Amino acid sequence: MHKVYHQVERIAGNVLTVHAEDVTYGELAQVDATRGVSLAQVIRIDGERVDLQVFAGARGVATDARIRFLGHPMQVSFSDSLLGRAFTGSGEPRDRGPAIRENLVSIGGPSVNPAKRIIPRNMVRTGIPMIDVFNTLVESQKLPVFSIAGEPYNPLLARIALQAEVDVIVLGGMGLKHDDYLYFRDTLEEQGALSRSVLFVHTAADPTVECLLVPDICLAVAEQFALKDRRVLVLLTDMTNFADALKEIAITMEQIPSNRGYPGDLYSQLAARYEKAVDFDTAGSITILAATTMPGDDVTHPVPDNTGYITEGQFYLRNGRIEPFGSLSRLKQLVNGRTREDHRSIMNTMIQLYAAYGETREKQAMGFRMSGWDRKLLKYGAGFEREMMDLSVNVPLEEALDLGWRLMGDCFEPEETGLPSKLIEQFWPGRNGKKAKDGAAEGQAKEEKEKETAGTKEAEEEAESKEKEETAEKEQKEGNEEKKQAEKTEKKEEKSKKEAPEEKAPAAEKPAEKEKAQPSGDQSG
Amino acid sequence: MSENTGAIVGVNGNLLTVSFERPIFQNEVAFARHGDVRLKAEVIRVRGRRAELQVFEDTAGLRAGDAVEFTGELLSVELGPGLLAQVFDGLQNPLPKLAEECGFFLQRGRYLDPLDRERSWAFTPAVEKGARLPAGGKLGTVPEGLFDHWIMVPFDAAGPVTVEEIAPEGEYPVTHEIARIKDARGASHALTMIRRWPVKIPIRAYAERLRPSGSLVTRIRIVDTFFPVARGGTYCIPGPFGAGKTVLQQITSRYADVDIVIVAACGERAGEVVETLREFPELTDPRTGKSLMERTLIICNTSSMPVAAREASVYTAVTIAEYYRQMGLNILLLADSTSRWAQALREMSGRLEEIPGEEAFPAYLESVIAAFYERGGIVKLHEGGEGSVTIGGTVSPAGGNFEEPVTQSTLKVVGAFHGLSRERSDQRRYPAIDPLDSWSKYEGVVPAAPVEQARRLLREGHEVGQMMKVVGEEGTSIGDFTVHLKAEFLDAVYLQQDAFHEVDAATPAERQRYVFERVHRILETPMKFADKDAARTFFQRLTQAARDWNRAAWESDEFKALEERIEKMTVEVTDYA
Repeated sequence: MHKVYHQVERIAGNVLTVHAEDVTYGELAQVDATRGVSLAQVIRIDGERVDLQVFAGARGVATDARIRFLGHPMQVSFSDSLLGRAFTGSGEPRDRGPAIRENLVSIGGPSVNPAKRIIPRNMVRTGIPMIDVFNTLVESQKLPVFSIAGEPYNPLLARIALQAEVDVIVLGGMGLKHDDYLYFRDTLEEQGALSRSVLFVHTAADPTVECLLVPDICLAVAEQFALKDRRVLVLLTDMTNFADALKEIAITMEQIPSNRGYPGDLYSQLAARYEKAVDFDTAGSITILAATTMPGDDVTHPVPDNTGYITEGQFYLRNGRIEPFGSLSRLKQLVNGRTREDHRSIMNTMIQLYAAYGETREKQAMGFRMSGWDRKLLKYGAGFEREMMDLSVNVPLEEALDLGWRLMGDCFEPEETGLPSKLIEQFWPGRNGKKAKDGAAEGQAKEEKEKETAGTKEAEEEAESKEKEETAEKEQKEGNEEKKQAEKTEKKEEKSKKEAPEEKAPAAEKPAEKEKAQPSGDQSG
Repeated sequence: MSENTGAIVGVNGNLLTVSFERPIFQNEVAFARHGDVRLKAEVIRVRGRRAELQVFEDTAGLRAGDAVEFTGELLSVELGPGLLAQVFDGLQNPLPKLAEECGFFLQRGRYLDPLDRERSWAFTPAVEKGARLPAGGKLGTVPEGLFDHWIMVPFDAAGPVTVEEIAPEGEYPVTHEIARIKDARGASHALTMIRRWPVKIPIRAYAERLRPSGSLVTRIRIVDTFFPVARGGTYCIPGPFGAGKTVLQQITSRYADVDIVIVAACGERAGEVVETLREFPELTDPRTGKSLMERTLIICNTSSMPVAAREASVYTAVTIAEYYRQMGLNILLLADSTSRWAQALREMSGRLEEIPGEEAFPAYLESVIAAFYERGGIVKLHEGGEGSVTIGGTVSPAGGNFEEPVTQSTLKVVGAFHGLSRERSDQRRYPAIDPLDSWSKYEGVVPAAPVEQARRLLREGHEVGQMMKVVGEEGTSIGDFTVHLKAEFLDAVYLQQDAFHEVDAATPAERQRYVFERVHRILETPMKFADKDAARTFFQRLTQAARDWNRAAWESDEFKALEERIEKMTVEVTDYA
C-alpha cells in the first residue's frame, strides 16, 4: 500500500531530497542503499520535494535508491522484556538477543501537562557528601554533570545509578566510546543491576543521525515505565555529542546558525528532552542525569550554557571532584528542610567558609603573610577537600553532617562561622554534653592540629578552646531553655571581652582539656 | 462562517507555507486541519499567493494539501470574571481542565474555553438605562475572590456609548447578555461579561498615563532599599543560570505589595511553575488573610511546550494585566524569562530565513522588547482612580554575559536593573543582586541620603578589598581595613537575605526603615581596634548577632534583646576621639 519512490534529487550530508506525494511531516521512510537498508525521517516538506534524514547516513545511497514511506513516525517497542537488554540508537538489538517488535510507542511525544506534575519530595541518597549535603539530588530532577573530557563522569553516573534507589535504569549513550559502553554494561552486571536496566547506546562509530534518536527513545521508554508506577533513572551521556549531531544536521539543512554554528533552536531541542523529567501525581517518576562535556572547560559554550538554563542545577566535575562553586541543585530546598535541622545551615556555612579559604589561597599564592584567621581557613579548607570533596568518600547524609560539624569545630570558634546560635548550642562539638569520644577520628584530628598549628597560633587556640569549654560547661548548667538564649549569648560576649587579654597568654598545659573538647561522631541529637 | 480556506504546500518545523485564494491579513489566526484535529496557527508573512504561518503546536503528521481555515481574527484572549487563580497555557487554555480531559499529556489541538461557561456570577449594575459611558466605562460589577470585577464597555467601542438596556441585579453565567449599548456611530451591540482583545495591541481606554510613582514594596531589602521598583514601573533581572532569578521572582510574587500577581512562566522549567501551582493555594496572603492563589494568575508555557505559543504567552499575560488595571487595581507581571521569548522570535526568524542581526536575533528585537515593556505603567481611569501594571522580566543572557542583544535592548527601556552576579551566587550571597552594578531610577522606602552613603561605603569597601588582593592585608591601613569590614558587614546583614527562613525571607517596609537606620548608624560610627584581628573578630561577632536579629520576629523580645546587644557591642569599640 505504501508508495515506492526512486527519484533522489539531492544528497547532501545525511539528508536526501526526493520527489514524493502525500507524505506527512515526521513520517518514517525506508531507504534501500547499496550497503543495506536504513530508516529515514521526513524533516521538511516543500511542495513535492521532501527532505529525509537518513539514520544510517547517506553514504552509499544511489540516486535511484528505493524509498518506501511507512506512514508512521519513529516508534520504539515497550515492554518489560526490554530490561537487561542493549540496543542501538535506532532500537535494534546491540546484544545478541532477539529484536523486540511488540507494543510500539511513538517517540518524542507531547509534553506533560504542568497541572499533572507534583512538587518533587523525595531525596535520592547517593552517599556522596558533595551531593547529599551540599546539592541534594531529588527524585524527578534533571541534572547534568558538567565536566571536561577525561574526567570520570561515566564512573560517577554509574555509581549514582547503582546507589540510588530506583526501579528502572535507562542508559542512553551518545557518541560513547565502545569501552565506555562495555564499562557501563559490565558494572551494571557485576552489581546485579543489569536486570533492571535498559541500554540504548550509540557509539562513536555509528552513524551520526542515530545519535539524535537516543534521548527520545530512552525517554519514551522511561515515560512508559513511569506511567506504570516505576521510578526511573535515565542516564544520558554525553549530551554534547547530541548537540553536535543537531548542529551537523542544521548546517546540512542550510539553517542560519545562531551561536558557534549551533542552530537557534538548540535551547528548545534540549529542553524538549530534559523536560521529560517528571514526578506524576498518580504514577511514577523520571529522574534525568546527563553528562555534558564542556569543550575547553568553557561553561559559556552554547551547550553547557543552554543546558544550565534548562536543568535544575548542575554538578561541576573538576580534577576528579565535584566542585562546590557553580554546582547547584535547585530542588535541594524541597527536601533538605526535612532531613535534619542543621542541614541547610551546614550547607551554606561550609561553602561560605570554603569560599573564604579560596581567597586566602590566592593571598597565599601571592606570598602575603597569613593572619591567624587565614591559617584557620587554610586548615579548614584542606580538611574540607580531604574529608568531604573526595569522590571516594561514601557516607550517609547524617554522618556527613556530623563530619561537617567536626571539621568546623576543629578549625573555628562558633562565632566565626556565622551559624545560628540555636544550632551551635545543639550541635557544636563539645557543646551538647561531652559524650563518649570517638577515639580514632579524634586522634587523627589532633595530630592534624598539632602539625598545622605553630607558635603563638597554637597558644591562641589552646586558650580559645579552654574558653569554649568553660562556656559550654556554664551553659550546660543553665540548661536548655531557649528563652534564656539571648541573655546567655550576651553573657558569653561579656565573658569573651573579659578574657580577651588572657587570650595571648600561653596555655601549653591544656592539651588534655582540648582533647575533651574534641567532637565525637554521634552528636546528631 | 469562515469559508476562507487555503492549502498547505510546505512544512518546516512549526512553519507552514500555505497557498490561499481570498484575502487574508497579517497576524490572522488560522487552523490547520489534520484529521479531526485543528492546529492553531498565525499568519506571520505573506508573499504573493503564499502565506507563512507559525503553528502553535507540534506539526508532525501534516502533509502537503491539508486544508487551512482562516478565522478572520487576530490572536486574542478572552477576558471576564473567573480568570484569577487560574493556570493557563500561552494560548489561554486552562491547564487543570485540560488535564481532566486529556490526562497526563498535553494533546495538541485541544482548545478549551478559558472562562468557565457553567459558573454564575452575582451581577450588580453600576449604571442605569440611558447612561453615557466612555470605552472601558463601568457597567456593573461581579465579586471575584477579593475584588469587585468590573464589567466594562468594550475598550475599542466608538465612545461615548449609550446604555440601552442593562440587566437587573442577579446571577448570570458569563455568556448571558447583561447589557445593550449604542455606540457613537449609532450601532447597537449586545454585551455579555466576556470581552475579547487582541493580545498584541495595548488597551488604551483610560484618561491619561501618569509617571510611575510610589514604591512597590517587595520585602526584599536590597531591592526596596537600594534598587527600588516603582508602582507602574519596569525592571529587569538579568543573570547567569543558577544565580537565583527564579527564586527572586517567586519571593516577589509571594510578598509584593500589589493586588494581583500575574506570573508568565515563559519557556522556563515546568517544575518551577508546579511549585507556585501547588504551594500558593496553601499559603495565606499576609495582606488579606486569604489564599495567595486568589490574587495570582499563572500563564505557563514551559520550555518543552511549543515555541510559537511561548511568544504569545507574554502578550497573553500583559493583556490580562491591562484588563485588571482597567478596574483600578495594581498588577505585577513577572515574566520569566524574556530571553526565551526572544529566542522564540529568533527561531521563527531563522525559519523565515530573514537576514539575522546580532547573535542571529532578528533586527526588530529591540523594538519588540521596548513595545512590550511600554505596556507597563500607571494610568488614571475615566472613572477616577488609578490602576497600574508593573513589569518585571528576567533575562537569561548566554554565558551570563550582559553584553548580549536581549539584555542590552531591555536595559534601554526599563527603570531598574537588578543584575545578578555569578560571583555572588558562588559565594552563596543571596539575593545575588550585584550592589555595585545594579541601578534604579525610582524612589525607595528608605530616605535617599543614607542609602547613598551606604552605597559609597560598599564601593569603598570593594575597592579596599581589590587593593588587598594586590598589597595584602599587611599593606592595608587599619582605617581602610575597617571600611572593608564595614562594607562586608552591611552586605552580610542587610543585602543578604535568607529566602527560606520564615522571618528573614520578607522584611516589611517599616522594619527595613528601622533596621537600616540602626545599621547605618553602626556604619557611620568611628571605630577603633587594637589590630586587624581584633577588628575582624569584632565584626564576625557583630555579624552573627545581626543575623540572629534578622531572624527574630519583628518587635519580639528576642528582637529587642538582640538589638540591645548589638548596640552594646558597638559602643564598646566606638572611637570617641
